[in-house]
Amino acid sequence: MRTRTTRTTVRSFAVVASVSFLLTGCSGADTASSDSSGSAQPASESAAPAVRGDEDLIIWAEPDRVEYIQQVADAFAEENGISVGVQGIVNTRQDFITANSASNGPDVLAGAHDWIGQLVQNGAVDPLQLSPDDLEAYSETAVDASTYRDQLYALPYMVESVALYCNTEYAPDTYSSIEDVIAASQSAVDDGTIDVPLVLQQGQLGDAYHMQPLFTSAGGYIFGRDAEGNYDPTDLGLNTPDSIAAAEKIATLGEDETNTIRRSISSDNYLSLFTEGRAGCMVSGPWALPDVREALGEDYSIQPVPGFEGMQPAEPFMGSQGFMVASNGENKAFAEEFVTNGINSEEAMQTLFEASNQPPAMESVREGVTDEDVLMFATAADEGAPMPAIPAMAEVFAPLGQAWSAIIGGADPAETMNQTQETIANAIASQ
Amino acid sequence: MSRAEDKGRRRDPEGRTERSSGVVGLLIKIVALGTIIGLAVMLTPALVGTDRWGFLAVVWGVVAVLGVTYATRRFVPAKYLVPGTLLLVLFVVYPILMTFQLSTTNYGDGTRTSKEVTVSRIIGAAAQQAEGARTFELAVGSEGTATSGPYTFLLLDAATDEVFAGTPDGLTELDPDTVTVEDGAITAAEGFTLLDRRQINEFSQRGGELEGFAVPTDNGVITAQGFSAVELYSPLEYDAAADTITNVETGVDYTPVQSGDRKLFTSAEGERLSTQSWEENVGLDNYVRAFTDPRISSDFVGIFIWTLVFAVLSVGTTFALGLFLASVLNDARVRGQRAYRSILLLPYAIPGFIALLVWSSFFNSEFGLINNVLNLDINWLGNPFWAKVAVLLANLWLGFPYMFLVCTGALQAIPSDYKEAASLDGATGWTNFSKITFPLLLVAVAPLLVSSFAFNFNNFNAIFLLTEGGPFSPDNPTAGGTDILISYTYRLAVGGAGQQIGFASAISVVLFIITGVLAALQFRATRALEEVG
Repeated sequence: MRTRTTRTTVRSFAVVASVSFLLTGCSGADTASSDSSGSAQPASESAAPAVRGDEDLIIWAEPDRVEYIQQVADAFAEENGISVGVQGIVNTRQDFITANSASNGPDVLAGAHDWIGQLVQNGAVDPLQLSPDDLEAYSETAVDASTYRDQLYALPYMVESVALYCNTEYAPDTYSSIEDVIAASQSAVDDGTIDVPLVLQQGQLGDAYHMQPLFTSAGGYIFGRDAEGNYDPTDLGLNTPDSIAAAEKIATLGEDETNTIRRSISSDNYLSLFTEGRAGCMVSGPWALPDVREALGEDYSIQPVPGFEGMQPAEPFMGSQGFMVASNGENKAFAEEFVTNGINSEEAMQTLFEASNQPPAMESVREGVTDEDVLMFATAADEGAPMPAIPAMAEVFAPLGQAWSAIIGGADPAETMNQTQETIANAIASQ
Repeated sequence: MSRAEDKGRRRDPEGRTERSSGVVGLLIKIVALGTIIGLAVMLTPALVGTDRWGFLAVVWGVVAVLGVTYATRRFVPAKYLVPGTLLLVLFVVYPILMTFQLSTTNYGDGTRTSKEVTVSRIIGAAAQQAEGARTFELAVGSEGTATSGPYTFLLLDAATDEVFAGTPDGLTELDPDTVTVEDGAITAAEGFTLLDRRQINEFSQRGGELEGFAVPTDNGVITAQGFSAVELYSPLEYDAAADTITNVETGVDYTPVQSGDRKLFTSAEGERLSTQSWEENVGLDNYVRAFTDPRISSDFVGIFIWTLVFAVLSVGTTFALGLFLASVLNDARVRGQRAYRSILLLPYAIPGFIALLVWSSFFNSEFGLINNVLNLDINWLGNPFWAKVAVLLANLWLGFPYMFLVCTGALQAIPSDYKEAASLDGATGWTNFSKITFPLLLVAVAPLLVSSFAFNFNNFNAIFLLTEGGPFSPDNPTAGGTDILISYTYRLAVGGAGQQIGFASAISVVLFIITGVLAALQFRATRALEEVG
């Protein structure tokens, strides 16, 4: 009998010991990959909470950006005799905010400019002090986008926005209006060769991001800007006469009218519709470029999204990717040096461009770009307006998307826009 | 252990073998208890240092409980119960308490920091370079050894090549002859040991000598930015006594004003200085909001009913189909039972995430498989009724293999004698099933049906990956046609404007209670079934 008791006791001890390890937080679960700076790091793409690596300087980025950021990180590591780790984090923005507030986040964050409002709201990033001379080297729109409440928070390296892809078999020209775009491949639709003249993804829940070029062309706006160019969350313009007129204009392309913009085209199938040659043109961003090239070879063209005939030019949302300094990073000196000096050079920006082939934010790097498609996206981004980074914008996307979905499905534009304005204004007020 | 020894031990339980294993056991016991006490001792200074007294009390409490239980020969039942109880407390009770504790705060986006940190961040974020502000190349010198200090910022003006020494007392110009400058950087200075970059970084970390090192000047302060330095000033000043942030340039005072569940520094004109607030206890405000928010109360009843319908129908349809297939395949006359069973289990083998996304594309009204193959024109995901049907269909496909599996097992466990006896009494196939097989099956399966109900009651994935709660009507973008409670509250709490973790926790506690009550009712109902057995 005693033997059994002892064994049970031992077994229980094993359990208890591990429990006390858990209790005291000594789990030592250091799952983040950590090699020396020289080797490319596998992105830790698990759903588990992100854990900081061991290097002297840690950069967090979205997993698909790790590869090219690693290259500039390696250069910086060599120059300073330190090790730099680039970790791919799936929920980059949210994991960063959580980890940073617990003081075990990275030193540098690579992310989109429209995160800045939420990051600043959480005190998660530090402002950058760069001279006007430094900033002049970058595209004005990118600097504008990275500036929030008169402070620069990110050093931009890449810009993006939607443009118009056309399948040159059905739509070979450059078009000055969206009506011309639709007319170009309408005959192919009529004789059943292709399914749709224009792919503009909306889905059942709508998509305010992709609708923005048409909305702005028809005169609508979401947030007004104050004298300094900051977006003003109190100036929500969805129910202004101009915005309602714009919604009515968009409704003319809806399912009950020309059936050009449809809820059945969503983020799930927009790309296959175009790459399988079932559509004339498509509104999408540089992320679709590799697939389009592979599927259509030479038979495509890219141009800025045109506006409605006789109306204003389309102004899509422009996005800027940049590097930011974490407020609770462990190695602030290296982090600040990396962002304000290390990558703030033509050489680093050139490396980033060559490795990513995405539209660069630095003007002098753009001058050396020979890829016409990349240049076209850079132009489209410059013509766009930065996506508002203010926290109020988070209240806009879902309701406005649903409004577009309803309007293209046949709901009354004026009534829908009035209701949406009220919903969003209430949500912002209770923020 | 040899056979002889083994025998010997059996014959003489109080003999030699027993004693040696007692020594081993004792040693292990000492080592294990020692490790635990050692761990606790090791953690104590860190916990004291960070003022985490509650944590400290818990750690030593656990040590005391373990010591009393295992170091003495008394408390034999406790030796068995303590590990399980500790695990229960750690993994079940503690998370629930933490969730409840969090639900009494306003924690979330904009309220993650303490007030002190918030104020320093707001002032820091207003720091700007003054007109004509200088920028410097920075070297850090120590008057003693590199690690001892005191430290001085050696600053090379980028524009004029003048060299300065900066300390917290102020800025003094240095004789250029005492300083060596190479490639626009200070490489040596008389009277100073220069720090290398690693040292500068290390000493700038939290708690380091150089953390927050600032050189006051006429225009503001010079602070490090990487291995350069910039001259900055912040127009904001915080007066702790009056709890006011003042912009000294414009003279505007900002005081904390309550806005929703948080306080924001706001001017008399209502201009907010920042969107950053701080964490505070809000008592039961989150619960009050959950029950009084007009957005929630107007939609709650409808969504609650649909949640119940969804959970009941999900369990009912999957169970009916699973039981039907299991009964059919349980008949010995069916050929290729195994092959059929394997095929029927396939949906179970596909990850639910992927299956739901694929189903979502099947339901596309224009390009989806279902409408195209069946030549239908149903707006599956755009019409509230059909969207509900779509969700149930997809969930049926996902869920029936589980029920099939469970029913197959339960059917095979029912002795065939019962059926044979009933057949002798003249019972037909259907009577046999409804009077004998089904009640017996239910005894085994009922608890699983209850847990399946609880699972589907909170089946976030099925809704969110398929319809995201949609479709929505334009007058109500917060409650969609297929929203169940969990997907609806997810959108309210964390879906829109950032994360309201305190509020989300309150909702979780409420859902926990609702699910718990429903499960308790169902278990009570299933107890009646067991009497059949």
